[in-house]
Amino acid sequence: MSQVVETESRASEADPSDVKGRSLTQIAWGRLRRDKTFIVSTIILAFFLLAAIFAPVITGFLGVDPYSLDPDVLDPAGGKPIGPWGGASWEHPLGVEWGTGRDIFARLIYGLRISLLIAFSATILVVILGTLFGIISGYARGWVDASIGRLMDLILAFPFFLIILALSGTMTQRLTDLGVPEGNASRITYLILVLGIFGWPYLARIVRGEVLSLREREFVESAVSLGASTPRILFREILPNLWAPILVYATLLLPVYVATEAVLSFLGVGVLPPDPSFGAMLGASTQYWTLVPSYLFIPGTLLVIIVVAFNLAGDSVRDALDPKAAKR
Amino acid sequence: MPADSERVLDVRDLQVYFPVRSRGVFPRTIGQIKAVDGVSLHVEAGKTLGLVGESGCGKSTTGRAILRLTQPTAGSVELNGTDITNLSRRQLRPLRREAQMIFQDPYNALNPRQTIGSIIAAPFRIQGVEPPGGVRTAVRELLDRVGLNPEHVNRYPNEFSGGQRQRIGIARAIALRPKLIICDEPVSALDVSIQAQILNLLQDLQDDFGVSYLFIAHDLAVVRQIADRVAVMYLGHIVESSSREELYKRPLHPYTHALLSAVPIPDPEAQTQRERIVLGGDLPSPLNPPSGCVFHTRCFVAQDRCRTEVPIMRDMGQGHLVACHFPIEEQRIGEVIHGPDSGLTAPLEPEPGYFSESITDLGAVGTTRLDSANSTDEGI
Repeated sequence: MSQVVETESRASEADPSDVKGRSLTQIAWGRLRRDKTFIVSTIILAFFLLAAIFAPVITGFLGVDPYSLDPDVLDPAGGKPIGPWGGASWEHPLGVEWGTGRDIFARLIYGLRISLLIAFSATILVVILGTLFGIISGYARGWVDASIGRLMDLILAFPFFLIILALSGTMTQRLTDLGVPEGNASRITYLILVLGIFGWPYLARIVRGEVLSLREREFVESAVSLGASTPRILFREILPNLWAPILVYATLLLPVYVATEAVLSFLGVGVLPPDPSFGAMLGASTQYWTLVPSYLFIPGTLLVIIVVAFNLAGDSVRDALDPKAAKR
Repeated sequence: MPADSERVLDVRDLQVYFPVRSRGVFPRTIGQIKAVDGVSLHVEAGKTLGLVGESGCGKSTTGRAILRLTQPTAGSVELNGTDITNLSRRQLRPLRREAQMIFQDPYNALNPRQTIGSIIAAPFRIQGVEPPGGVRTAVRELLDRVGLNPEHVNRYPNEFSGGQRQRIGIARAIALRPKLIICDEPVSALDVSIQAQILNLLQDLQDDFGVSYLFIAHDLAVVRQIADRVAVMYLGHIVESSSREELYKRPLHPYTHALLSAVPIPDPEAQTQRERIVLGGDLPSPLNPPSGCVFHTRCFVAQDRCRTEVPIMRDMGQGHLVACHFPIEEQRIGEVIHGPDSGLTAPLEPEPGYFSESITDLGAVGTTRLDSANSTDEGI
């Protein structure tokens, strides 16, 4: 080969040990590691995530649990927790519930468990459905695209909250008939399914738009001209280029679902007592909050912290994955 | 080397029409864009056919239709003697290894999420070919063959320059040793100095493997450097085709004259003195192409006959084909443009003639490039 060619091709080889190369993912990760907002919010989220996962260990260590009643710390007349801050003591670090004496700290981390379970499961469902429908819709075009498009319009036009409230009873019963354990297990399954089924069209639209532009790129044509099968083109050539928008959408969707679960439980559709959840705790606290404000503020503050941390982390991920963002 | 007459690619009367649909719930076809309208061409084994024409004349669509990336409306495409025009995707698959493509935009032609190792291995994996010594070895050999460092298999396309990316695209195209490679403006997006390197690489590969090229370009100097035969396209039709020397020395179609006169000459004096043929108007819409000869709306020798009668391709000797009712011999050109009494009939002395002079200079452009590239080659 010619001299010029040699210099051209080896020019980038200033550091001979650096032959591994940096993928776009590695570049994004490098940006994230230098993003203080991302680090702080991720540490907060990791802390809560670990607390949720190891909830039984933590409560066992502290000697509290979310279900046992403790009448000793309640005022026999009216059931008001004895002492300031909702009866906060060494036995009950964040106080106890009005009327039952159940430990609020234990209920909080068990509630976190359920909230995060619902939010993560629904988000995963949205990612699977949205990616699949979006990628098919964008690549197939024609009547397939039109049909999926009308289906999405239909779902988006549905009065989501009304349906969720109206169908809660019958659908939960239907799930129980299908073999899902009765009670909150069925109710949680119902919530995850409903959030997932009503949530995917937004992601599918984003994915479809990306696929429409990606399928015209020449590397896709190159794969076609090599005789690649459609699944290979969809999942090996196009899908890897979609992770950035999907990841961004998913990280921004998680806090929405944490909040939505709280709203639904508050309205009585979600998790029912005695199982704890943020929404149920907030709902219960409304009756007593003038007398025991901590019962309202503790789950409320925690909810805000989690939602804000998720949002900030999501913003950072979006910035890091954006090729147009200024290099930092 | 196979016999000269062996045709790797034989395209007959190829048509690619794109339907124009009305908007609304029930779209109707309201027109046809005749992107390619009756193109016939062939490529001989180990040879290069240059396909030139301005933007929008259908040359890229022709290339895409040959590889069935766009379905032809009519006509036939024969690859190695097999008619592939109507084969199903499944039937076509094994034949895909015979014909490959090099794309214009090296930034779009490589998947940004794959390492170049897996990009170049894709032909083997998709076609299920196990090269002797394994895919990894084959990939490294290919990288080395196109002048890249084989150690770079784990790098991603974003770490390479345009010229390097085009080399990666070439490595992918030659991986299965195809008989034909369609080069869709492979050097248009590159710097002039890199263009020469890539052209040399393509030439070397042709010498080594006997691969044929259909070389699509709009740059006449580039085509002159690499093509054995040149076809000139205008608005979906081939208007002239001949051997390279013949076409550049003795163009016959008025459109070819106009194209050649637009090639800049690196001598300012000759540049100002020579006659430039400036075509009036724009390229007509392929949605509603002109009647008769499609070029008559912009032609400076058009007569009534051109408006009504479609010129057929005829042989003017030595395989020099032209589709024109009034082909122009070069000596007449000043007269043709200005009329016999304009006093401008002979802008320069008839011998060597301004056109042949411009050809000489054009040649100088090509040769200079070739020489400079060659001299660097000799540096090894």
